[in-house]
Amino acid sequence: MTSRLVVIGNGMAPGRALERLFEAAPGTYDVTIFNAEPRTNYDRILLSPVLSGEKSYEEIVIHGDAWYEQNGVKLHKGKKVVAIDRAAKTVTAEDGTTAAYDKLLIATGSVPFIIPVPGRDLAGVLTYRDLDDVNAMLIAAENGGHAVVIGGGLLGLEAAAGLKARGMEVTVVHLMPTLMERQLDAAAGGLLKRALEDRAIKVITKANTKEILATHDSRGSTRVRGVVLDDGAEIAADIVVMAVGIRPNAAIAKEAGLETNRGIVVDERLRTSDPDILAVGECVEFNGNVYGLVAPLYEQANIVSNELTGLGGAGFTDKALATKLKVTGVDLFSAGDFADAEGREEIVLRDATRGVYKRLVLEDDKVVGAVLFGDTSDSSWFFQHIKDGTDISEMRDTLIFGPAYAGGTQADPSAAVATLPTDAEICGCNGVCKGTIVAAINDQGLTSIDDVRAHTKASASCGTCSGLVEQLLALSLGDAYDAAAVRAMCGCTELGHAEVRRLIVAKELKSIPDLMQELEWTSSGGCAKCRPALNYYMLSSWPGEYVDDNQSRFINERVHANIQKDGTYSVVPRMWGGVTNPQELRAIADVAEKFEIPTVKCTGGQRIDLLGVKKEDLPAVWADLNAAGLVSGHAYGKVLRTVKTCVGTDWCRFGTQDSTGLGVRIEKFMWGSWTPAKVKMAVSGCPRNCSEATCKDVGVICVDSGFEIHFAGAAGLDIKGTEFLCHVKTEDEAIEVIVALVQLYREQGHYLERIYKWAKRVGIESIQAAVIVDVERRRRLFEAFAFSQKFSQSDPWAERARGIKDAHEFAPMADLTRMEAAE
Amino acid sequence: MTIMDNIWIDVGALEDIPRQGARLVKTAAGCVALFRTKNDQVFALDDKCPHRGGPLSQGIVHGNAVTCPLHNWVINLETGLAQGADEGEVKTFVVRTEAGRILLEASKFVRNKDAA
Repeated sequence: MTSRLVVIGNGMAPGRALERLFEAAPGTYDVTIFNAEPRTNYDRILLSPVLSGEKSYEEIVIHGDAWYEQNGVKLHKGKKVVAIDRAAKTVTAEDGTTAAYDKLLIATGSVPFIIPVPGRDLAGVLTYRDLDDVNAMLIAAENGGHAVVIGGGLLGLEAAAGLKARGMEVTVVHLMPTLMERQLDAAAGGLLKRALEDRAIKVITKANTKEILATHDSRGSTRVRGVVLDDGAEIAADIVVMAVGIRPNAAIAKEAGLETNRGIVVDERLRTSDPDILAVGECVEFNGNVYGLVAPLYEQANIVSNELTGLGGAGFTDKALATKLKVTGVDLFSAGDFADAEGREEIVLRDATRGVYKRLVLEDDKVVGAVLFGDTSDSSWFFQHIKDGTDISEMRDTLIFGPAYAGGTQADPSAAVATLPTDAEICGCNGVCKGTIVAAINDQGLTSIDDVRAHTKASASCGTCSGLVEQLLALSLGDAYDAAAVRAMCGCTELGHAEVRRLIVAKELKSIPDLMQELEWTSSGGCAKCRPALNYYMLSSWPGEYVDDNQSRFINERVHANIQKDGTYSVVPRMWGGVTNPQELRAIADVAEKFEIPTVKCTGGQRIDLLGVKKEDLPAVWADLNAAGLVSGHAYGKVLRTVKTCVGTDWCRFGTQDSTGLGVRIEKFMWGSWTPAKVKMAVSGCPRNCSEATCKDVGVICVDSGFEIHFAGAAGLDIKGTEFLCHVKTEDEAIEVIVALVQLYREQGHYLERIYKWAKRVGIESIQAAVIVDVERRRRLFEAFAFSQKFSQSDPWAERARGIKDAHEFAPMADLTRMEAAE
Repeated sequence: MTIMDNIWIDVGALEDIPRQGARLVKTAAGCVALFRTKNDQVFALDDKCPHRGGPLSQGIVHGNAVTCPLHNWVINLETGLAQGADEGEVKTFVVRTEAGRILLEASKFVRNKDAA
């Protein structure tokens, strides 16, 4: 008979325990979860990126609703358990819901420690534990203002950086003389303080908070206004975040009469004093220790799963812990014990220019502690030596330089990965260890990082471990792995993009089915990766001849709008050069009101974005916009997106040329042309560069003597200043050069490869040779572009608004909602 | 409720759906996406990716699979199962084609009059 397992709490530790349980013994338990939070399991470690805006909540969900459904788990969201009846073996939630258990798992986590100062209960005093806290901070940050973070530990500093990223003025007040003193020595703590101050975060150490001050508004409600320190200093604050520490949440266990101390006391099998009740996570206490980092909690989770299935296995032990700070741009790592003590020695490396500090603490020829600041690339290697207690006497001379120099041998970049044990975690986001990756590479014949991502999810989330995964590929495949080797376009062919492009022209392949036949595609109709690429290659190779295959386009290009997370669309009308007028603005306002469009926002490319348009409304929205002369802004395609301009000689007292006019000319000439990836341009009227031309795919800087043309910039996933292409004297020349450059890119670029990546691949010199040095070639490129434009410059919105194209896209096929049962 | 078994509803012509495309059927139980493959097979699935609820009908259809437009999950149209390393399942519905017409087994969508 299936036993009943009830879980109190739905955080990462019980989530992992259940994952393991369902893998090891599916169907053994009927599982019921009570979650005090009204949601599913998410990755609390990644709350900081959510706070700073680098990730969305959706991206940090670990288990979606489907997971619970699939595993037959009954999840009570937003129901807090208030009592455990150990005699009757039931638990009861606040709303009276009860559940009976055979085994109970307590995973109530921790609660933030609130310092007992006057004013701690005021509105605006927040903690930092869960998504609700983050949302509260985000709402507070909307209005800007001042934030005071009490506590300069891991959480406090991540909160500070996040609030700063959201535009608040942030002050950190910390009781101890240096930041993160439990994880960092004084030197690293000092470097960290400076790094934060460089980001305009104020840090006050040795600061004891005495009181939180209140303000009273006209409606009589009170909220926080500032913080007073022991020395009388007063700091203004619109919000105060208390992040001084956490303590295990053992209250319910204590009330039920289980043995508790600081936390719920458990043995090495995570059993409480009641044999049918286990506990896991931040709420437990083992050997007098409590835990707040994910690694030991996941280890506990594995043991809980083993215990529930009767598998046995190793018990829980205290191990050295490692910490990393998740503040973008601050690389910091610490592990083990780095206090000074008799018999301990240290090795320190400092590189002031690079801002690097590395310190290893040795005892009996073993590494017992490590602090790394500024360069943490060798952290897993050092941490492994701490965990393994490796005798380092042989490599002591070069130890601090990391695995590349271990044993005095030549630098080998993959040495660090080679020395990691199979259970070393490579991908922290998805919890994938080295053994899993290596096994997948060997057993399934994986040869590229994309393969590894597809099969194991390693490096598929934040991507910071991509380097390690590539090294594992290199190690596993030896010479067979060549990172620079031609990568197949997709699983349907062995050919790379360059080869396919060449063969399309050489063999005069003029349709996708012909190509798939001739080039021996291994799938019958291609895949979502190759079809959009092939469609583009056909279009750019055979302008006027090839018939666009709509079904091979991504939805955005198919319906000429951008799909949003909820399935609605965003609509961006074109505003040539970013210039508009009252009539257009009025039309946009009317459309937004008429179709109840929820959000109207300016884009980075000087356009107006209407967000949240229902798909079936798109043709009517376009019709209204068309009527005011507004056409598609192509904000959704692999095309020329925008040409950003400044006001140039029209208005600006520094303007040297008519930058607005040139931007409009470029946009009017080039709009509608399909390209391998999106193309963004800008024209600045003087070197002050207000339109930010030097991080664009193509940028023009106007100068007194003419126009400087730049290209291959990036300001997205990568940040890169542009390369200088040439200087020309007239607008006509500028346009010819730019058009030729883009045409060369259209002919050579791989699908989804932005201009800066294409330029890196083919070399800046080869591009200069083609569009600057070889005047004849430039002319031919220009003419090829102009020819292809004959077929691409018709407003896609107009055709659809009139219902002459793709009508099927915007209406359901049938509506059965009113269908009723026969009597 | 035997009366509810096997209600075949004609929801349209095969030609109404582009090859390697999809159309929606609105039902009281939410949108059902009808997919037509390159070989004119038709499949009916919930229009909801198990990952983040993305509208599968808006994805690219290839072979007997569709790639979700939001985060590129690939869903097998026959089984409704997510492919590759992703795990999840989409509800599938029974559908057949007859003389160029698409017939959807609709007992699940019929609103009970009493309940309505």
